[in-house]
Amino acid sequence: MSAPHVPSRAPAAAVLPERGPEPVKITLSVNGDEHTFDAEPRVSLLDALRERLSMTGAKKGCDQGTCGACTVWVDGRRVLACLTLAIACEGHEVTTIEGLAQGDELHAVQSAFIEQDAFQCGYCTPGQIMSAVALLKEGHDGDDAEIAEWMSGNICRCAAYPHIRAAIRTVRDRSRDPSHGQT
Amino acid sequence: MTTALAIGQPTDRVDGRHKVTGGAHYSGDMLPGTTAYAVLVGARAASGRITGIDTTEALQADGVLAILTHENLPKAAAQPPLIPSLAGMPAPGQTFFPFQDDVVHYAGQPVALVVADTLERAQHAGALLRIAYAETPSVTTLDQAREEAYEPEAIFGGFVPGRNTRGDIEAGLARADVRIDATYTFAANHHNPIEPSATTAAWDGDQLTLYDATQGVAATQLTVAALLGLTPSKVHVISHYVGGSFGCKAMIWAHPALAALAARHVQRPVKLALTREQMFTSVGHREEQEQRITLGADKDGRLTALRHHKLSPTSPFDDWAEPSLGVASQIYACPHYEGVYRLVRANTMTPTFMRAPGEASGMYALETAMDDLAHQLGIDPIDLRLRNYTDMDPNTGNPWSSTGLKECYRRGAERFGWHRRNPEPRSHRDGRRLLGYGMATAGYPVYGPNNPQRARARLYADGTAVVQAATPDFGTGVATVMTQVTADALGLPLDRCRFEGGDTTLPTIAAAVGSSGAGMISAAVHTAATNLRNQLVAQAIGDAQSPLHGADPATVTVRDGRMMLRDAPETGEGYAELLHRNVLPDVEATGAWSPSPESAHYGMMTFGAQFAEVAVDPDLGLARVRRMVGAFAPGRVLNAKTARSQLMGGMLWGLGQALLEANAMDPHRGRWVASSLGEYLVPVNADAPEVDIELIEVADKVVNPLGVKGVGEVGQVGAAAAIANAIHHATGRRIRKLPITIEDLL
Repeated sequence: MSAPHVPSRAPAAAVLPERGPEPVKITLSVNGDEHTFDAEPRVSLLDALRERLSMTGAKKGCDQGTCGACTVWVDGRRVLACLTLAIACEGHEVTTIEGLAQGDELHAVQSAFIEQDAFQCGYCTPGQIMSAVALLKEGHDGDDAEIAEWMSGNICRCAAYPHIRAAIRTVRDRSRDPSHGQT
Repeated sequence: MTTALAIGQPTDRVDGRHKVTGGAHYSGDMLPGTTAYAVLVGARAASGRITGIDTTEALQADGVLAILTHENLPKAAAQPPLIPSLAGMPAPGQTFFPFQDDVVHYAGQPVALVVADTLERAQHAGALLRIAYAETPSVTTLDQAREEAYEPEAIFGGFVPGRNTRGDIEAGLARADVRIDATYTFAANHHNPIEPSATTAAWDGDQLTLYDATQGVAATQLTVAALLGLTPSKVHVISHYVGGSFGCKAMIWAHPALAALAARHVQRPVKLALTREQMFTSVGHREEQEQRITLGADKDGRLTALRHHKLSPTSPFDDWAEPSLGVASQIYACPHYEGVYRLVRANTMTPTFMRAPGEASGMYALETAMDDLAHQLGIDPIDLRLRNYTDMDPNTGNPWSSTGLKECYRRGAERFGWHRRNPEPRSHRDGRRLLGYGMATAGYPVYGPNNPQRARARLYADGTAVVQAATPDFGTGVATVMTQVTADALGLPLDRCRFEGGDTTLPTIAAAVGSSGAGMISAAVHTAATNLRNQLVAQAIGDAQSPLHGADPATVTVRDGRMMLRDAPETGEGYAELLHRNVLPDVEATGAWSPSPESAHYGMMTFGAQFAEVAVDPDLGLARVRRMVGAFAPGRVLNAKTARSQLMGGMLWGLGQALLEANAMDPHRGRWVASSLGEYLVPVNADAPEVDIELIEVADKVVNPLGVKGVGEVGQVGAAAAIANAIHHATGRRIRKLPITIEDLL
């Protein structure tokens, strides 16, 4: 394995004060709640969520940005938490799978995943759902080919892909049908 | 008997809510207080000796708690033999445990274990280790060792003989009007579940708790106990959710025992998660292989002889090959047969089970050869298979316990629209793309466990039930289907039943491998729940205050939580009434099931038929699977929704095997060329076409009480052949290597 990246000691043009490499206080806003913890600046957002904040919904599948299991949103935009430094998310809003449901009420995409059996082992599912909800918001849901293309950053080794597309289609179609509630 | 109400229904997964909310906790999600992190360091050399490990710099790094190597890690107490985990015994993936000496047998072999207070610090310290090797030349490919091939007495942990014959192969070939003789080559494959293997180990005195990602908690328990010299009663294994396995968590590799040793050393809980790169060198793989098939047939296409030889590399430790010749020797009537495994020793770890282990490769070879034969004789591929249909296992002469294969061909062909296929290659087009239609037969054996499978059922006074059996859920839907089985056996609504599994404190279930899980676990659960029902009915009959007092138990049925006379349903009472009146908080029964002795007189197999439509761009050599159709006869279907999902997953694994998945050894360095999901390609959403599945239920009174034959693997068998045959139909090219890639089609 290679050594984790350590921030450069060279003077930076940025106005941000240099912190680390020793553990520093990091404050993250996750699903609307502020959390402050000590961690080295090299700690990824994924490891901060999972190992420091015990929010294990985002999964580590590769730690290399290839599988998508760690997909979360930063300011509403989907990112790979394994390739994002936690310290770089200060001042931004992080949303994880734990923040998607409203209390006991599942998000429409979560319900559709259950209904369409869009998973088997469930390990990639948090990342799939965070991508799927973002895809619908972005409007990349025109047809199956577009959905498939925009969901191809999230690997499902159980290969539930046709059902993942069906779940996304279901939510898209219901949201276009005024007889259904909002999604 | 009760009427089945829940079994077979396409019920949503009972654990679905946990899985879509992030509430499902996998082994790596477990964080007992003060957990430390262990990181494995693998050998950079593929063969040789470690001449020195300089830990100076690493030990000075912040947060490091320990660096363990062969020089300071306690030696293994014993090395259990390699026995497939369905047997229920200790089940090491290979008969080699690292850290015993300075010898390096394969690249990636664990040579150091770094423990630190955070993951980042453990990883960083691992990178600071300076390990020196005296390298010796390695052998990692078939081409390097072909001359050294040997015929093993047995493979697969001793369960499969190295050679199997029937009739007289030479006489059968001499009688043939037409022969096919071809060699098929296969790249190595890796399971790559999205959850990398992980173990968290915590000691409380001499009691060890392991949170492990495994297909069998007892397999982890017994293997770690043997390696560490512990009594199994001191090893508690918990595995509620497993993030996919596909065989790489079917056997127990070094990391659970290493996590336990590290935790004992640092006197803190330790979490050891393999990296994605380590998933290529730590949990087995499907071996590179070559298969040669010689088919003989008369002019009507009836097989007279089948010779099927396989050559593959194994580890220095074990005679392992996936049993590629098995189903291919059983699927057609053929009087003269010879199957031979040959192995070469190589500097790799021991290969292991990978979904449809053996069947996926062996049936690719046979079903490609059959397509070849059909083409040469001008016989429709389905018709050719029907001409060679067998209603008994040709190896034993025993009748199939149930089949459904002819129905699979018929229904699959209808759904696919096979009749529209012009047999002439290159005869269908869509614009400049060539279209092809291919099919293949699927088959997967029904394996029974060697030891009794157990479950416990408990009914509470409020009329709710819980049923327990030690199996983890690695995506099969076992918790859901066992809830359904319980509901029907006890006559309860589904929402009053709950399944608990994944813990060695629960009744023992062998590792759910080889598509055996649904059959053997449903048998145990059904037996336990039926015993409980019978016990409750007997208690009511014996209770002077019960409306059922003195009734003949054979006349009593149960439904909606109520026991009643079948012919006079108004006479009866609810379970809750019986328990309340007798001041009972709960009633409990256990059940155990083993395959019946009768089953030895039958051939047992799940059958299916695969169909694929492929479009090939002749200018770019790009093959795209447009749709897949599968018809399968898995006995009784416990849950139509989860069964379809598993079969669909298997078929798409066939797509990956056919067109994407490959690894190769660098013969100079003795290392895998691919070690990430960026290099080892698996199907992504854009690769996966719509998959249409027909479930054909067949009654089977032999395999187990509910007649369940399993769906985990058969979906992959034949799928790659159907795709390759479709490519032949599209292009006229017969490709005999997997995966089939652009350069093969240009």
